[in-house]
Amino acid sequence: MNKLLQVHDLTKTYGARTGCANVSFDLYPGEVLGIVGESGSGKTTLLRCLSAQLEPSAGTVAYDMRVKGLTDIWSLSEPERRMLTRTDWGIVHQNARDGLRMEVSAGANVGERLMAVGARHYGNIRTEAEDWLTKVEIDTGRIDDLPASFSGGMQQRLQIARNLVTQPRLVFMDEPTSGLDVSVQARLLDLIRTLVSRLGIACVIVTHDLGVVRLLAHRLMVMRRGQVVEQGLTDQVLDDPQHAYTQLLVSSILPV
Amino acid sequence: MSTQLPTQIPTGGYNFAYLDEQTKRMIRRAILKAVAIPGYQVPFGSREMPLPYGWGTGGIQVTAAIIGPEDTLKVIDQGADDTTNAVNIRSFFQKTTGVATTEKTREASLIQTRHRIPETALSEGQIMVYQVPIPEPLRWLEPREGETRKMHGLAEYGVMQVKLYEDIAHYGHISTAYDYPVRVNGRYIMSPSPIPKFDNPKMDNSPALQLFGAGREKRIYAIPPYTSVKSLDFEDHPFEIETWDGACAICGATDSYLDEIVTDDTGGRIFVCSDTDYCGERVEAGHKGADDEEKAA
Ligand SMILES: Nc1ncnc2c1ncn2[C@@H]1O[C@H](COP(=O)(O)OP(=O)(O)OP(=O)(O)O)[C@@H](O)[C@H]1O
Ligand SMILES: [Mg+2]
Ligand SMILES: [Zn+2]
Repeated sequence: MNKLLQVHDLTKTYGARTGCANVSFDLYPGEVLGIVGESGSGKTTLLRCLSAQLEPSAGTVAYDMRVKGLTDIWSLSEPERRMLTRTDWGIVHQNARDGLRMEVSAGANVGERLMAVGARHYGNIRTEAEDWLTKVEIDTGRIDDLPASFSGGMQQRLQIARNLVTQPRLVFMDEPTSGLDVSVQARLLDLIRTLVSRLGIACVIVTHDLGVVRLLAHRLMVMRRGQVVEQGLTDQVLDDPQHAYTQLLVSSILPV
Repeated sequence: MSTQLPTQIPTGGYNFAYLDEQTKRMIRRAILKAVAIPGYQVPFGSREMPLPYGWGTGGIQVTAAIIGPEDTLKVIDQGADDTTNAVNIRSFFQKTTGVATTEKTREASLIQTRHRIPETALSEGQIMVYQVPIPEPLRWLEPREGETRKMHGLAEYGVMQVKLYEDIAHYGHISTAYDYPVRVNGRYIMSPSPIPKFDNPKMDNSPALQLFGAGREKRIYAIPPYTSVKSLDFEDHPFEIETWDGACAICGATDSYLDEIVTDDTGGRIFVCSDTDYCGERVEAGHKGADDEEKAA
């Protein structure tokens, strides 16, 4: 199978401060990669570099473009890169307000990506939006409501629908379940797991929560002070951690 | 567009058309760029005018930059030549240029407008100048100027469809009635200023040059003659203009934009042409409204 994403020696510095350093890994289609680590360890920095929201200071992020094959995303023209992020990729933000258009209806939020790639038939866009609301377990009767009238969990599910409607091959998520009630978190996690596996979407998911990675991630990367200290199959890393820091994390001696 | 100031023209102590020559040249350069890139918003160094923003200072500056002593000026507001705004702007240019003015669309070489495009078809050589309050059609959804510029640059216009989608979702049809967004020359999406969508088709392939000036927002844009101007829509909700059941009560026109006028305090109302020049011309030509026909019968 071809690699979907190939990350090599990725480094991002903020002036003298290190965001993340020398990160390398490959991601294959349909694979879910979890990134864990304490606050300030560079998880968000890494995710933003991977998802073209932040230009790395050094290193490469190559993506398997549908036509060109593995291509450094920063060698693409800006229109190409923006198009890629709006069609073949999805980005689910920690804060739904960063990922939704709060001033338009749920249906418009889901339909926007379709319209951005040229859909011009209202009836079809609406049908597709209803279909996606159903998939993320939002009552289609709420299609014309503003996201502000939704609960936190619904807003996250709407964000997911809005991203998945163009059938992306890769989705980035930064703490998608944080800030939600435990029961709401569980429901959202189940939904993400079902959708991701059913649709065969590859996923990079950042979280503080080892329970989240245990449930979702095939592979796990543990970060500390900008460095990846350990990576491997999730169960292996969690059940038999090699690095002292991971051992602390797993034994929940450290607050994550 | 001659700019030499003949000494015999009384301009009330100001330079011809109020603005100094350097400012006019700066505005003309912006206009030339705007004409070269139809629908693209060109920034310009908007000047203070002796009228407050909201009174059409953008349009006034465009007119001031291109008006010459040979021009005949018409100024309309809501389709009429005799509203306060139109009267003020006309008298401003009379005082500062001494040019001839007219209420007749056919006779005007330069027409400054707010809210309407005349019903009488425009012809080659005529110039329309629109007063624009909000030039950025993407602003409603994207407050960041850098981002809207990028969206125009990359023709990322999905969000304009989102606006129309919202209309249909909430009202069952595209309810946007004024300032209805258009795509110019197949490229830039443009705000046509607060004209009714009824007037949108008149912009398409017009033989006249159309210039748009936004004073507060410091933008000029243009539609050169014979340029394609298409109103956005959906395949299953195509663009449509307003229609009325009746005809103009004064001239009987069924092809013009009608204003509703309340005639008494018992709910009586009539519809009349918003374009007073068009209506008057039809009456002169012998057309009659429904009211007159009733009286005649
Ligand atoms: N915009 C920025 N400017 C300067 N330094 C930054 C910036 N963003 C992050 N950093 C620094 O980079 C390091 C990594 O931060 P990052 O936000 O990636 O961590 P994180 O693992 O996502 O933390 P958290 O779990 O709290 O979200 C930290 O030292 C942080 O202070
Ligand atoms: Mg973070
Ligand atoms: Zn009439």
